[in-house]
Amino acid sequence: MKVLRDLFKDYRFCFSFGVLVIILILAFLSNFSPYDPTLWNVVPKNMKPSAQYLLGTDSNGQDIFWQATYAVRNSLIISLIAASVSRVIAVLVGMVAGYTRGNTDRILMFISDGLLVIPLFLILVMLAMIVRQRMNLVVLGLMLSAFGWAWDARVIRSIIISLREREFTKTAVLSGTGTIKLVLNEYMPFAMPLIFSTLINNISWAIGLEMTLALLGLVDVNVPTLGTMLNWAITYQAMFLGRWNWVLTPVVLAVFMFIALYWLSVSISEYLDPRTRIQRVGAQ
Amino acid sequence: MTFLKRYLIPRLIQYVLIIWLGITIVFLIPRLTPNDPVMAMITQMRAQGATLESGAMDGIIADLTEMYGLGGSWLDQYWAFWGRLFRGDFGVSFFNFPTRVNKLIATALPWTLGLLLTTTVISWTLGNIIGGLAGYHARKGWSRTLDAVAMVVRPQPYYIFAFALLLLLAWVVRLFPVTGGSSLGARPTFTWAYIKDVLWHSFLPALSLVILGTAVNFQTMKLIVQNVNAENFVQYAKLGGVTEGRIVGKYVIRNALLPQVTGLALSFGQIFSGALITEIVFSYPGLGMLLYNSVIRADYNLIMGITMLSIVGITTAILVVDLTYPLFDPRVRYY
Repeated sequence: MKVLRDLFKDYRFCFSFGVLVIILILAFLSNFSPYDPTLWNVVPKNMKPSAQYLLGTDSNGQDIFWQATYAVRNSLIISLIAASVSRVIAVLVGMVAGYTRGNTDRILMFISDGLLVIPLFLILVMLAMIVRQRMNLVVLGLMLSAFGWAWDARVIRSIIISLREREFTKTAVLSGTGTIKLVLNEYMPFAMPLIFSTLINNISWAIGLEMTLALLGLVDVNVPTLGTMLNWAITYQAMFLGRWNWVLTPVVLAVFMFIALYWLSVSISEYLDPRTRIQRVGAQ
Repeated sequence: MTFLKRYLIPRLIQYVLIIWLGITIVFLIPRLTPNDPVMAMITQMRAQGATLESGAMDGIIADLTEMYGLGGSWLDQYWAFWGRLFRGDFGVSFFNFPTRVNKLIATALPWTLGLLLTTTVISWTLGNIIGGLAGYHARKGWSRTLDAVAMVVRPQPYYIFAFALLLLLAWVVRLFPVTGGSSLGARPTFTWAYIKDVLWHSFLPALSLVILGTAVNFQTMKLIVQNVNAENFVQYAKLGGVTEGRIVGKYVIRNALLPQVTGLALSFGQIFSGALITEIVFSYPGLGMLLYNSVIRADYNLIMGITMLSIVGITTAILVVDLTYPLFDPRVRYY
């Protein structure tokens, strides 16, 4: 509880917390939507915001508010799949490479360096073209996760390498602790804060990349996500026609989400770093 | 000698292997796409009204397959592909037939280089100067305000940011042109009017890149300077009565610049692929736009050419940074 109280002293944490709670409520509300998000012409087209249609309706005859709840939910699903799967890969690769060193390390780092130098976005576009027919939320999430781990695996590896040189590693090994137990019980606590902050950054990276792919029309545009909503708005020239309620709904949601995730990660990592924590909450 | 054996040679081997890996991936992926460029070409010819007899058709298919390096098994193609690479020949583009890929790249490259070299240098310099000063005066009001602005700008994905800027400055306020690298039909000449036209058109893409780049450099630099500030030698210089301007300029920023030099070199390496989204949003006629079009149309040869350039660019930049680092930081030694 004390941790939470300290965290809430930071305005950035309060903001992020508030925004993310609203986002989660929106995503949860999608379960109560009166409309099927894939059907068109369920409501009158191009209505202005009113009591009946909170954010108005779009040119496909869909209710923008309820469509946005689905969009938030789907974008979250994609990014959570991408971020959690790539975290598992990053942790495994980083720990194995850092702990074993030698040839295993060289091969693993070679692969991750290779992933870092190829123009990632281009490869994603080509992959998206291959699987376009079978593209769904899970496939997209997995595709992003395959490319999102390389840099973080390097960071985790460097932490493990430095931990490996410390006294307590030798003590543990000499007193008969198994490798797996050593890594999980002794090293994980050190790496955890970092893994957590890379997790948040990765979520926001995945949402951004999904939006970019969707804007280029490379995902299934009938599944509402923040990206496909914006794609439809642009296709119907919504900003020329002055339908700002339509264009701005996904843009504003996305912008707030990116700020909230970034501030959350900064705030938490500042809190976890003892040097900056002292400046913030004072020595206790 | 130990330097050669323990550091330089393994590093060079790694350099070559990574280029090989990257290029192999790029060789494989377009061959997995469902678009068959030869059939697409035939369909295009038919659409333009050409009627072909089946005998002539087979000949054309064979010719096209040969020309695009798609004959034989994948292994044969792979060998032929490397052979051509070493001759510096990327073949003909499929869709801008029969223009050579080298020529297309040569036309697009100056646009991208001009835009990205300028913006990278500007945002690096601006970000480091402002970030350095803000880090040194971290407790002052203006420093906190700048930090707050950077905290909002930094997390925005480039596409959203560029799109917002385009909405605001080209549609709502109509200050700048929406698309293109120069006015339609303008001929590239060395007149002031043409140069002004190009600068005018590239202002928005440049602005979006500079704002985001400056925010990133600002934040890293500020953080590093704050850490350097806490070191003993800074305290000592203060106690010894060294003037503040001298401390900031000569000691703090110079020390903090080291990691930033690495960052600059890496962003130069990114130039070849970094422009992709910028150029799509602003319809700017550079390498990124060329790359995007070639991907959409499964133009293998063109994709290969551009990606090759970008992979070699990035890996070489990283290699150069690694090898020249001891020049900047006397504490680093490779032996």
